[in-house]
Formats: sequence, C-alpha cells, structure tokens
Amino acid sequence: MKNSTSISTTNRIILIVCSLALLSVIFLPIWRIELDAAQYPEGLELKIYSNKLAGQVEIINGLNHYIGMKTLHADDFIEFTVLPYLIGFFALAFLAVGLRGNRKSIYWLFGGFVLFGIVAMVDFYRWLYEYGHDLDPNAPIIVPGMAYQPPLIGFKQLLNFGAFSIPDIGGWIFIAVGILLAYCTFIEFRRSRAKR
Amino acid sequence: MKLKNYLLFGLAAATMTASFQACKPKGAGSAVSGDAAQRTYIPPGQHDEFYNFVSGGFSGQMSVYGLPSGRLFRVIPVFSVDPEKGWGFSEETKPMLQTSHGFVPWDDLHHIEASFTDGMPDGKWMFANSNNTPRLARINLQTFRTDEIIEIPNTGGNHCSPFTTENSEYVIAATRFSVPPDGEGDVPIDSYKENFKGHISFVSVDKQTGEFDISFQLKTPGLNFDLSSAGKGVSNGWLFMSCYNSEQAHTLLEVNSSKNDKDFILAINWKKAEEYIKAGKGKKQNNVRYAHNKWDEHTHTAKHEIKTEVTVLDVTEFEDLAYLIPCPKSPHGTDVSPTGEFIVGSGKLAALIPVFSFDKLQKAISAKDFESELYDGIPVVKYESALHGEVQKPGLGPLHTEFDDKGNAYTSFFVSSEVVKWNINTLEILDRQPTFYSVGHLMVAGGNAKKPFGKYLVAYNKITKDRFLPTGPELCHSAQLFDISGDKMELLLDFPTIGEPHYAQALPADLIKERSLQIYDINANKHPHKTNGESEARVERNGNIVRVYMTTIRSHLTPDVIEGIQLGDEVYFHVTNLEQDWDMPHGFAIKGANNSELLIMPGETTTLKWVPDRVGIFPFYCTDFCSALHQEMTGYARVSAQGSNVPVKYYTGEKTE
Repeated sequence: MKNSTSISTTNRIILIVCSLALLSVIFLPIWRIELDAAQYPEGLELKIYSNKLAGQVEIINGLNHYIGMKTLHADDFIEFTVLPYLIGFFALAFLAVGLRGNRKSIYWLFGGFVLFGIVAMVDFYRWLYEYGHDLDPNAPIIVPGMAYQPPLIGFKQLLNFGAFSIPDIGGWIFIAVGILLAYCTFIEFRRSRAKR
Repeated sequence: MKLKNYLLFGLAAATMTASFQACKPKGAGSAVSGDAAQRTYIPPGQHDEFYNFVSGGFSGQMSVYGLPSGRLFRVIPVFSVDPEKGWGFSEETKPMLQTSHGFVPWDDLHHIEASFTDGMPDGKWMFANSNNTPRLARINLQTFRTDEIIEIPNTGGNHCSPFTTENSEYVIAATRFSVPPDGEGDVPIDSYKENFKGHISFVSVDKQTGEFDISFQLKTPGLNFDLSSAGKGVSNGWLFMSCYNSEQAHTLLEVNSSKNDKDFILAINWKKAEEYIKAGKGKKQNNVRYAHNKWDEHTHTAKHEIKTEVTVLDVTEFEDLAYLIPCPKSPHGTDVSPTGEFIVGSGKLAALIPVFSFDKLQKAISAKDFESELYDGIPVVKYESALHGEVQKPGLGPLHTEFDDKGNAYTSFFVSSEVVKWNINTLEILDRQPTFYSVGHLMVAGGNAKKPFGKYLVAYNKITKDRFLPTGPELCHSAQLFDISGDKMELLLDFPTIGEPHYAQALPADLIKERSLQIYDINANKHPHKTNGESEARVERNGNIVRVYMTTIRSHLTPDVIEGIQLGDEVYFHVTNLEQDWDMPHGFAIKGANNSELLIMPGETTTLKWVPDRVGIFPFYCTDFCSALHQEMTGYARVSAQGSNVPVKYYTGEKTE
C-alpha cells in the first residue's frame, strides 16, 4: 500500500508527459497575431516564440511606420531572455513532482503555474497596450482618438487591417498542460478528502 | 397607272436584289456556339488553366497570356529595349543587348519553345530566337526575365530556331538568309551559289543552369532554312528542317526561289554529328566574333563577353550525316508527330500535305534509295520512298501543324484562312474551321510534345481588319482560341496580341505558378553597389563620376536631398529597394535624363545613369504607385556649375552635418 500523501500513478504519468510537453513549448510558437487587409489577401503573421519573434516582422514594421508605431525588435523584450528558462523551470518542476509524487507539491505546482499564466498574460497585455498607444506624434497617418492595440485574444479591426490574436501550437499545449494539471490537482484533492 | 407600274417594277427589283444578297454565303464572324462565353470566362480572382507564352515577332518581346481567358499578364522584354522595365536602359541590363555589332536595341523575336525533359515541357525556361541580328535567348520561368542571350556566327536571319531536342540537349539556330561564312564576306552577291553557305548551330543547354554554348555548327549548301522540329521517341537523335530556295536564287526570291516543284526537308542525324565532333572531325573557325551575355542572379547584373571560336562540320564531307527529302513548294512547317514516327511538311504554295515516315526514311537510307544526283554533295532520298502518304485537298497554303492527344493533326492554312483537322494515320480530313484572317502559326497546348495536353488550339492570325474596334491604319494581330476536345473544333474567343506572334507554347499553370519568385532576398543581393540599409545611403565622388547609393522603402528615398553635383559629371543612381514584400516594386526617374525609368523589384539593386545637361534643381521621384504616401516619395538633386565650391551633401529628413 502506498503512502497516503502520494499522487496516483496515472496522475504521475500525466505530470511527466506534461513536463515533456512544456519542454517542446520552448521551441514552438506560443501566440500569433494574424493581420488581414484588402492588399494582403495572403495575410501577414506575427508569431511569438518563447525567445523570439517570427513571421513577417519586417513587413509589419514597415507598415506600422505609417501610424507611428514603434518597430518590433526581439532585443527590446527582456521576456525573450527569461521566458525559455521559466518554461524550462516549470518543465523540471512537473518532472520533479511527477517523480517524487508528493501530493502537497502538486498544489504548489498548480498555484505557481496559474500565477505564471496570469502574469504572462498581464505582461502580454501591457506590451500590446504600449505598442498600440505609444505612437510617434510625427507619424504620417494620425487618426484622432485612434489606438492600435491588438486584441489579447480574438478579432479587432484596426483601420484597414483586421487583427486576429490567438494562441499558437505552443500556447495550446500550455493551456492543455494547465487543464491537465488542474484535473490532477482536483483528483488528488478529492482523494485526500476521501482518505479523511 | 404609270406610277403604279413603276412602283411594282421597283418592288420586284428590290426583292430580287435582296434575295441575291441572301444567296451570298454569310461570313462566319458570328459562328460561335452559345456557351463559348462560359467556357472562356475566368471569374474574378480565379486563375487560368494554362500559361500561354507568345512570341512578339517584330516587337522583340515575349508576352504571357492565360488560357482560356486570353488575358494578358506580362510582356517580357527579350531582344528589344523596354523603357517600362528599364530593360536595355539600366546599367545592369545594357550588356544583355550587346552584340558583335555593338548595342542593338531591337530585334524580331520569331519563335519560342519550352525547355523539354523527356519530350515534355519542364517549366524551367523558354527559348526564343531573333531573326535580324541572329541570336538565341533563354527566359527564366521563375523570374519571367531573360537570363541569357547568345549571338550566332556565320548566320543571316536566324529563323529556323529555337527548336529543341527531346531533352533540350540542344537548341537549334539556323540561317534563313544564307551568307558567306564570317570573314569571307566581300564577294559579289551574284556569286551566291559559289560563296553563300547555310549554317545550322547546335547550342547546348546546361541541364542545371541552362547556360548556352555553341557546341558545333553544320555547314551546308546555301539553302534557306525555315523551320525545324527535332525527332522524339522513335526518331530521337534526328532533326528535320524545312528548306526553301533550293534554286539558290539571290534576287527576287518571290519568283526565283519558287520555281522548283519541290524543295527539301533536311534530315540530320545529330547524334552522328555529335560523334564526329567528339572524334575531332570538326574544324575550328577562329575568325568569328559573337556575343555571349549572361544574367548573374547574385549581382542582378548582365555580363557581356565576345567569343571568337566555333567548331564547324561540313555536312557534304560526310556520307551519313544529312539527307534531303523532296517536299513540295517552299515548305514552312516541318512537324514531328508525338510518337516521332511522322514528319509533316507544309509547302507554303502547295495544295496537299505530304506526311513522311521515319521508319520508311530509315529503310530508304539503308537501301540507299536515293535520287541519281546529289544536291550539292547531299544525298536526296526519293520522295515516294520516305512518304507515308499525302493529305489530299486540305486547303491552300499549309503553314504549320501541331498535334493533339488523340492522334489528330491540325494544320494552319494562310491562303484559305482556315485550320484543318486530320487523322495522322488515315490522312483523312475530319474538320475545318475558318480563321479571321489568314492564320500563320497555330498552337495546340503541348502540341509539339510527346504527350500533347490537347483541349485548346490557338490560331495566330496575320490579318485583323474588322475583328476589333478600329485603331487607325495600325492594328493589333488577333489570336483565336478553339476548343478541340470534341470531334469538331469550336471557336471560343478572339483576343488581341502584342507585335506579331509567330509561335507560342501553352504550359499547365501548375507547372509554373508555385515556383514563381515573389521577391529577391536582399541578403543574397551581391550587387557591388548595393546599399545595406538606409544608414549606408550616401553620395561618393570620384573625379567626375558621382555615385548615389540610394535606398527605397515606403515611402521615402534615401537620400532625398543631393547637392554637390556639377555640370560635366556622370551620375550613377544605384537604387536598392529595401522592401521584402511581394509586389512592392519602386520606380525611379529624374528630370531630363536621356534615359528611361528604373523599376526596382524588392531586394534588387538597379542603376540609372544621368548626365546632367544644365545647372539647376532636378526633381526625382518614385514612378510606381507604392503606397498611400507615394506622391511624397520624391527628392531633389542640385546641379552646380563646373568647378563650383558647393560641397557634396546629402540627407533625408534631417541634415546629417
């Protein structure tokens, strides 16, 4: 009979799988912003990785100069240095909890992961806000009262461009990991209650 | 009473006239079936099924249409300058039009043919020939630009070209106006028979790069080579060329070269010629001068060089290299059927079409079934010995034949202005349709390949008259699209063309569209005068040479203020388009330049030479509407007097002093 404070084997396997999944997130795009306009039937795409920006960054920068938006450079974001380590840290934490199998640690892990998710989204929102609002007053195109903040998630029309912001494959993995972790935490919580 | 009689008589006369008019056959101008519009209509935003590459004749260019819509997509400059694209005006493209005669700004682009792999178009290149100053060109189907031009020595009128062998091992060039070999030209023109020679060039094509090289030339009697087709399938290794002027006349050819009842098709065993060349039987000729111009995709610049040697094999010195087949009345088209077995000769003045059999030709050659006399040293195969049969009463003035995927042939008739469909095996006529008017070449999609695509036929007509809204004395040439998928050919569409199309190719869109280039990678741009970003934009003076290293990006030119230029300077604007976005070219032009504009594709560097002719301020601007602020994409150059002390100065936005 196992120690009553240890995690079930199924949940331990789930946590280890999650750990591997999180490792893959380091190398996958996490978020993407799709831009569509009449002149861009093929669409433009900005892909956000844990450590870089990809997609048609140069073209988007070129277009953004009309409205005086600052150009995007990976070097301007401290996040791109920190994020891979943070994700790596969580991957290790998932692995550790999965291997060690201590029930209390899964609560800590859950709490930490949720916190990380919230902080990340707040940070993302802050950047979107800043880029959307901090506009060059000498820009060729100034529409009074207009800001160009892309939506955190979902669709928004910004002048001639429609901006569609959604998680990319890495982001979906991240969300799936969160759901699985919530599920494991809930099961473990119920098991601990049942023991009493 | 009298009046009534008059009226009755008048009425009778009017009725008679009207009914006589009704007896006159109606023109077939409206003979179009009801759903033709539907079958050629490509809804907005959708793509055509075929690319149609069409020679531009005396325009010197090649145009690109869609089929079945007949919509014009592009005109690719080849042998003629094109100010719209800066072709022949920019420093980078000028070398492309250099020849041994210097810069030649125009030519007559006669035919085009696709590059082939195993007898099928492979979508890599189009080949084109120029008739006036004999040259061959290779057009890249990724960039839709001319990549290479080579001049053909010993040749006058390179008409019988650019037909290629089954795997495009060679592109053929041959003389239509026989001339004395280069370096032996100062002879009386009436010594034609003695001194004038034909030359057939075998220009090899590198399988990877496409690069041309004149492998060897075959020297022949002074015949006029008109058109040719390489053997394929069973006849691979052979080349068939129509020749007229077997009379070897040098004046009033209209009459003097039309005397003989039969001229010839020249059959050449080119594999044998290759063997003789390998065995060192060719003679090196070192008194030739011919241009070889190549586009360098890394520097975006053409290089021109003059070559001085060619290897020549005299066909009359070998027994088993070339044979003549008699062919009625000044043949034009010589077209090989998809299997390679049949060779169709089209005598421009003939009233029948002879179809020769490759198998019978081979048997006749091995049996030495020849006419008793050689023609200027070349054996003449007996007409009947090589003949598969004749298409009887096909029409008047057959010119050119192509094939479909069902064993049928289609021949154009200039004089009787029609296209005639007949069966290759039975030689039976199946259908005939009028063309408007006087068709020259025709084209079936893949009609010169081993497996024709069929479906569409386009007739390229020489006379237009009333087909479109009149535009004064000068009219466009019209093309007519037929659906040939059924038993009867159906006219679907008339469309106007550029210049005079002599031949065309249709390639399935899928073969080309995915590989079409969108931008030039700016990081791969190795132009020696490239500007790496706006921070490197500058003006440099070296003696009286002023180089402006300029960049373009929406929506400004850097620099846009330039001072310190003096009268007597030669100014070179090296313009680099920094864009890396599809369909975002910028243009460049400056007031008073004795030059065209530049049109610079994303990632490309292009140079405009400007020699200012007076002191003053010269505006320059972007000529291609690039963005909402295109009108603002302008600048000024100041030209001062010679020896002035105005320093070289340049900036955009703010002064950099």
